[in-house]
Amino acid sequence: MNDDAMNEIVQEFLVETGENLDQLDQDLVALESDPHSRELLGSIFRTIHTVKGTTGFLGFGRLESLSHAAESLLSELRDGRLELTRARTDALLEVVDEIRALLEAIEQTGEEGDRDLTGLVATLERLQQPDAPATSVETAEIPAPAPAPEDVDSPPAAVPAAEAPAPPATEPGAPKPGVPAPARAEPAPPAAHGPAPKPARTSPTSPTPASEAAEPGEVAHADSHRSAGESSVRVDVDLLDSMMAQVGELVLARNQVSAHVDLLDNQALHQTVQRLSMIVSELQEGVMKTRMQPVEQLWSKLPRVIRDLAAQFAKSVALEMEGGETELDRSLLEAVKDPLTHLVRNAIDHAIELPADRVAAGKPETGTLALRAYHEGGQVVLEVTDDGAGIDPERIGAKALERDLVTAAQLESMSEREIVDLIFRPGFSTASVVTNVSGRGVGMDVVRTNVERIGGTVDLTSTPGMGTTFRIKIPLTLAIIPALLVGCREQRYAIPQANLLEMVQLRTSDGHSDIEQIGGALVYRLRGKLLPLVRLDETLGYTPLAGGEETEAVSIVVLQADGLLLGVVVDDVFGTEEIVVKPLGQHVKQVPLFAGATILGDGSVALILDVIGLASTAKVEEVTAGLGLVGDGADETARVGERSTFVLLRVGRERRIAVPLKAVSRLEEAPLDAVEQAGTGRVMQYRGDLLPLVALASILPGLDGDADDAGEEGEEARSVPVVVYSDGERHLGLVASEILDIVDGIFEVRSVGASPGILGSTVVHGHVTDVLDVRAAYKLSTKETGRVA
Amino acid sequence: MSHDAPDGSGGEGAVQYCTFKVDHLLIGIEVWRVQEVIRHQPMTYVPLAPREVRGLINLRGQIVTAIDVRLWLGLDRLDAATPSMNAVIRLADEVVSLLVDEAGEVVEPSPETYEPVPSTTPRQIRNLCSGTYKLEDSLLLVLETESVSRIALEHGGASGLAGARRAS
Repeated sequence: MNDDAMNEIVQEFLVETGENLDQLDQDLVALESDPHSRELLGSIFRTIHTVKGTTGFLGFGRLESLSHAAESLLSELRDGRLELTRARTDALLEVVDEIRALLEAIEQTGEEGDRDLTGLVATLERLQQPDAPATSVETAEIPAPAPAPEDVDSPPAAVPAAEAPAPPATEPGAPKPGVPAPARAEPAPPAAHGPAPKPARTSPTSPTPASEAAEPGEVAHADSHRSAGESSVRVDVDLLDSMMAQVGELVLARNQVSAHVDLLDNQALHQTVQRLSMIVSELQEGVMKTRMQPVEQLWSKLPRVIRDLAAQFAKSVALEMEGGETELDRSLLEAVKDPLTHLVRNAIDHAIELPADRVAAGKPETGTLALRAYHEGGQVVLEVTDDGAGIDPERIGAKALERDLVTAAQLESMSEREIVDLIFRPGFSTASVVTNVSGRGVGMDVVRTNVERIGGTVDLTSTPGMGTTFRIKIPLTLAIIPALLVGCREQRYAIPQANLLEMVQLRTSDGHSDIEQIGGALVYRLRGKLLPLVRLDETLGYTPLAGGEETEAVSIVVLQADGLLLGVVVDDVFGTEEIVVKPLGQHVKQVPLFAGATILGDGSVALILDVIGLASTAKVEEVTAGLGLVGDGADETARVGERSTFVLLRVGRERRIAVPLKAVSRLEEAPLDAVEQAGTGRVMQYRGDLLPLVALASILPGLDGDADDAGEEGEEARSVPVVVYSDGERHLGLVASEILDIVDGIFEVRSVGASPGILGSTVVHGHVTDVLDVRAAYKLSTKETGRVA
Repeated sequence: MSHDAPDGSGGEGAVQYCTFKVDHLLIGIEVWRVQEVIRHQPMTYVPLAPREVRGLINLRGQIVTAIDVRLWLGLDRLDAATPSMNAVIRLADEVVSLLVDEAGEVVEPSPETYEPVPSTTPRQIRNLCSGTYKLEDSLLLVLETESVSRIALEHGGASGLAGARRAS
């Protein structure tokens, strides 16, 4: 055999064994929770056995002796002569690590290197000694393990032969290492652990090792697997990548051809192009499929990571995985690997409490870490949920102050959601003790950056005491994406469809009332909620068109990015087109608003708008807009459906109004004699200042009739309830008829009944209740009192 | 850098240059750097990009940044009626198009005729060109392609500022 052929075999061995090792990690951890699973033991045994056989053939003596020692131990376990103890699992996992290290050395140098394995081999041999109490019967019968030591260079046939008579399971495998033919060694690994009918490349790991064949080692099984293996081909990943790139180009060329053909009057050509177009689409789909890999591939390493971490932190953690078959482009899978691992580490390090603390908190001693993957709206969602301590906004806020990430004033004005979001800021880490796992203050920001780099988003929901869920959303593929083409000043721009929520077209006549300005910032009332607007032409640095007024129609593209809703006013909206994202050159890539460029059907170049860039630009404008009304509007929109606390008011006879508690600075019972007339409005003295008072009944639509009643009712009473609302230095007292309750819960606010000052309606205590849009009410009241603002 | 080679005396170090006319200047770019010279192409304007970036062109499916060399050299823009040529050159990790007035011939000046650019020349020119060959009837300014990349980096800050200014 010449060197090239040998090298090829070694290469193949390295790849296959690498995959087998990942499987081993998984199986061993799974085995710990199900120590008697014959399937798992069989699978593990076969994998190690294959490694031993192949290494013997290839002349890697150290690998062979190590796998041999492990195999001996495994054979005892499999045959039920020994119990799987933690020490044994540890040793076997260490074997996996050592084999990995040896493989790395072989890959780099072609040699095994000189790692010292004697300690581990000795440990393995010691662990083959039966456990003193439990297995006394077997010990008497089986002195076999004893002669094992020091057979480092002895032919591997010796031991398999010795164990061959034991279970039928070993029979197909046992003779092989003795007579190692290359043809045998090659197909063996997929056969050994490949219960899945698919080729190893697309689904190399089985999600549930339990689905393994019940009779692990049967010859018939091995054969059927082998034939499955033969129907698949291993393909170099670079080749797949370049194929994908070429298919991308082909799609672009197809788009261009179609565009040109549309101008011609040639029936035959039209048909040919149509057919070409179809074939290209199918080809594109096919190539994309070859690059898809199940998420469980990403997860396969985690059981081991979690086991080790849990042990390190003396925590007890159970892992749940759901949706591992969800598929994702391999480059994306690769890109979310680190962020996902980081989240898992964080969850174990920071989130899940020590067993004693958990019990004290009334939770099960064992924490649960759940990984979930599923499709949602053309995206893949990866969730990491723990049932740990949750994220306490107060602690986060305090930490952010301490680290100078925010000022006290900023913190004051932030919603809980925004505060919790601070953990994604660079330089943030709440771990009081810096561990070697996480807590160095580099982490969550890197997680977010990495995910956003591939066009994804990360957000989190957390309930203190109950746990936290991180949600990573990523596109299915990056190579070819559908995009909406919009026009701005004679040029077209592409917006990734993943960011697109809806489009709104306004006729100027009826539309103008809906676009409003707050301190120079444009907002639009989208179904009763304020949507911050950005003018694309202005954002791109164009001066507004002469006259300043829109033409007869305004197009708003509603986008979402990073949990923020944003409306972009564009000049035109064209159709959608499949685009291939191409990078920008170094002279233009610094412009934060562009994510790349693409070539359109007509051959022209279009810039791709970066929605996160647009959104962050918009955010800057919100902050500088003085009152910051836009930001809060968007925030309240996002909070719908979340847990929130409302102050429940009665206004008039029976109208119920809910005011978000976070908008309320104080609840006062104002003695009637403290309410005085000042100018056109009523005021009361409040903390050394004058507090303008506004009767809710008088500013909210549909309550005019009740207003007088409320007044009368108020006259009868000694005092009126006042909800004090503060915006910086300004205060306003909203006068209600009665403060009923403070309620806490998840309320779905429906836009039914939305009107000026009312966000929408929800049901509280079985009554339809209007949710007050405090900002809008404030605005209305300033009209009412004429002097507040 | 190949134009440093002429420091020695031997004729072995002679380098071939593609020459381009930019206003009254004659610019030389090493032949192997020049991928092709093409006529004026339709361009996509890039808002907020540095002034010198005239747009993006579609070069057989590759998106190439077109840079107006005149602006770099501190000269006025070519009047709109006169179409410029695209000199497509290879940089370390990308291809860019330099907009020039005209393409000239390929020359192989004698290394002895090389001299650094005099310190009295405008700074913009010295930023891009470090040396000149004294040809018979004109001076050939050697364009340092490295500086094309460097200017991009310097502009990184500038365009970032532009963005921030716009945003505020």
